[in-house]
Amino acid sequence: MRWIWIDKFIEFESGKRAVAIKNISLAEEHLHDHFPGFPVMPASLIIEAMAQTGGILVGEAKDYSEKVILAKITRATFHDLALPGDQLKLEASVENIADEAATIKGTVYCNDRVLGEIQMMFSHIDQNMGGLEFPEENFVFNEQFMSMLKIYRPDTSSNHT
Amino acid sequence: MSLSREEIYEKVKDTLVDALGVDDDEVTEDARLMEDLGAESIDFLDIVFRLEKAFDIKIPREELFPGDNVLGDSDLIVDGKVTEAGLAQLTEQMPHVDFSEFAKDPDINKIGDLFKVSSILGYIEGKLN
Repeated sequence: MRWIWIDKFIEFESGKRAVAIKNISLAEEHLHDHFPGFPVMPASLIIEAMAQTGGILVGEAKDYSEKVILAKITRATFHDLALPGDQLKLEASVENIADEAATIKGTVYCNDRVLGEIQMMFSHIDQNMGGLEFPEENFVFNEQFMSMLKIYRPDTSSNHT
Repeated sequence: MSLSREEIYEKVKDTLVDALGVDDDEVTEDARLMEDLGAESIDFLDIVFRLEKAFDIKIPREELFPGDNVLGDSDLIVDGKVTEAGLAQLTEQMPHVDFSEFAKDPDINKIGDLFKVSSILGYIEGKLN
């Protein structure tokens, strides 16, 4: 099972931008230790949510034929804390997409305010690693993950709202 | 597009500050991208992307920084050293880089030292003018 850290997509423009939702619940165990008595979502996990949003955006742009791996967090700035009960809206826009890699610009909103800004870079590892070979199977967008993606599609998820 | 060396330098500096998260006073012409500015392999691609945007040019892979066509070729690298044929190819491929010092001890691990801010300036200047 892949670790899925976003709840659904609410917007998706192929190759351009995607907006995903992450609901923060106090039931998530990491909040019990970070910090005891003062639960705050760690910035690294907000970055992970953006990486999943951006990674899927980048992967979809090439029909999931590439193995898309987070290669670099160019910049991450946070203006506020993300707390249990908050809903994060993660907007990722493609800045550049090439054969070997892609860059995205991400903005994290909470209650319509900008909570964080994140720039990151993804590598298409098969194109990029100086002859190093990876398994043929696409272990990033594997079958299980792709079936999870189906429920993210706005046209199907909107039926439940 | 015609830009003076100072204008090019300013744009290159902004590019490196954004791509590598360094302070602008660290970006001197002599600064080495890897050793001094902490660039790693993925950063080279990031820099190429940003330069393409900043100068509205297309930078073919392998042109600005050495690529797999040399570094992954076992005829051009022997026992961790770049062979004469490898050096010839690099020199031809990258006229904006000064290989004379490197040629004395062409240890592959030192190849990163060749790439300085001034190499990027030279490359962009050649490209624009």
